[in-house]
Amino acid sequence: MGKPMASSVASRLPPDGSEKAAAQDVFGGPTAARLKRRKRRQVFLRKFFAYVLLIGGALTMVGPFLWMVSTSLKEPGQVFSFQKEWWKEWLPTSFVWRNYVQAWKVVPFARFYLNSIFVAICVTFGQVATSAMAAYAFARLRFPGRDKLFFGYLATMMVPGAVTMIPVFILLRYLGWIDTYYALILPAIFTAYGTFMLRQFFLTLPSDLEDAAKIDGCSYFGIFWRIILPLSKPALATLTTFTFMGTWMNFMWPLIVLNTHHKFTLPVGLAYFQSLHHTDWTLLMAASVMMILPILAVFVFNQRFFVEGIKLTGIKG
Amino acid sequence: MKTEKAMSSSTKETIAAYGFLMPNLVGFLIFTSIPVIASLGLSFVKWDLLSPAKFVGFKNFVDLFKDPFFWKYCWNTIYLMLAIPLSMGGSLILALALNQKLKGIVLFRAVFFLPTLCSGVAIYMLWRLIYNPEFGVLNSIIASFGQLIGITLNGPYWLTDETWSKPALVIMSVWQTVGGYNMILYLAALQGVPRDLYDAAEVDGANSWQKFWAVTWPQISPTTFFIAIMSVIGGFQAGFDPAYIMTGGGPNGSTTTLIYYLYNNAFQWHHMGYAAAIAWVLFLVVLFFTIVQWRFFGKTVHY
Repeated sequence: MGKPMASSVASRLPPDGSEKAAAQDVFGGPTAARLKRRKRRQVFLRKFFAYVLLIGGALTMVGPFLWMVSTSLKEPGQVFSFQKEWWKEWLPTSFVWRNYVQAWKVVPFARFYLNSIFVAICVTFGQVATSAMAAYAFARLRFPGRDKLFFGYLATMMVPGAVTMIPVFILLRYLGWIDTYYALILPAIFTAYGTFMLRQFFLTLPSDLEDAAKIDGCSYFGIFWRIILPLSKPALATLTTFTFMGTWMNFMWPLIVLNTHHKFTLPVGLAYFQSLHHTDWTLLMAASVMMILPILAVFVFNQRFFVEGIKLTGIKG
Repeated sequence: MKTEKAMSSSTKETIAAYGFLMPNLVGFLIFTSIPVIASLGLSFVKWDLLSPAKFVGFKNFVDLFKDPFFWKYCWNTIYLMLAIPLSMGGSLILALALNQKLKGIVLFRAVFFLPTLCSGVAIYMLWRLIYNPEFGVLNSIIASFGQLIGITLNGPYWLTDETWSKPALVIMSVWQTVGGYNMILYLAALQGVPRDLYDAAEVDGANSWQKFWAVTWPQISPTTFFIAIMSVIGGFQAGFDPAYIMTGGGPNGSTTTLIYYLYNNAFQWHHMGYAAAIAWVLFLVVLFFTIVQWRFFGKTVHY
């Protein structure tokens, strides 16, 4: 009882020595007010160090990107001087936009862009659609063999991509699909990951609406289409974002199955570009900036889905 | 009559369920389940895609274990996983700082996520430039740091020096992952630690350091364990993209990882059976860590 009273008395006293003296009279030794002040100083120090750390970290993260942009805007010769005053190099000092035009011209960059967009859209749509349907069956319907089947899905999620890579390549070769978009799109659509993630989300939805719809004679597809999907927009958006970005960035598989230059997606196209212009740093960096920009755009608009997605799949993992 | 009706409705449900499952299940069987089995079969044959496949029993595996390159690349793969503890420590520190109820958390989180977000060919090309011994920014920084303390410091040749190529990839990997998924998982874990545990520790007179080790650390240990295992599982399969872009697996094979070796065997030299054997060794290693995770993750790791 005494403690809150003392602190309320102390808070009314002027914040100087008299406060200390008054409080000390009551308790003798370290007082509530002093503890409070010490704690406030501690919190201030902690926040101060936290800010220093965070700002330092942020600069480390952003620095290379700034350097990328400033290099992409230099005259080609400017790069090759040993930069004694490197701290001046983060912000662009010249603006040679020609590099971007040049990069766009020396390889069919527009074509790479279109290929990447086409493949990413097909894979994303296919994966979200088929995963959502399968996840609905696993989460909301009862059928014999469901748990065993789902366990099978889970188990194959642990199989490294390297294991299936070789047989799938051979299969595609038999089908004559090497160096086609089928080879990029079809194997990427059917993943256990998407099914797993959406199932976890569907399980959290309340069943009242579903029951009501069933009583009204709604079909299973009706329930899926009119109730489950509209309620799951955040999870669907998360999967859409992840799949799109993953496909956009995927390098190894397109590298394996594509041969013809004009079919290349952006990452493979960029690597091809590097093999042609190994030391044209201004052009390489201009091309890199152009590859990253769409990703940044997607991220700015969908940031919260990233965090949600990581929590959804990471913690329940 | 009632049971009959129930049966027919459950049959209907089963049919509907398999209807929903069908597209995914068929694709999954063709592109995942059957290939897993096929790759096991492949690991017992010698096949260059041109001449007919020949059954060789366990020869691929025996050859693999006698292959000095395989062991070298195993070592490379494990060495590069040095990035995991470094990155996790950094992630935890950043998450602790972010957890101080500061302004601008969303912005910081977004900025820290940038390298993970943009990971890919563009970033690897950027780091190839950063590591350039003559006009890369890293050696410029090292040189001017040397000037500051009055000695001549010359940075190493990073990607073209066998001793420095692996550390270079580790540094880049830490930069890339420190503010990514792991930090977000840690932040979520920190926010889930019950407030009253800290209050109790304060009553006992614990300072910040003691509070961290007595409360925070044990409370977030499941997350630490989860991240560590997942990173190790990922680590065994990692290393292709950066090495392909930045070093081509060199110098002298010092940045070739297992997955890179698999790629070379399968898609450069067409040793399909041998590559499948590498894939299966990789699979068994990953499986081991997955089982470890399943075993322990179910239990509460904290006390």
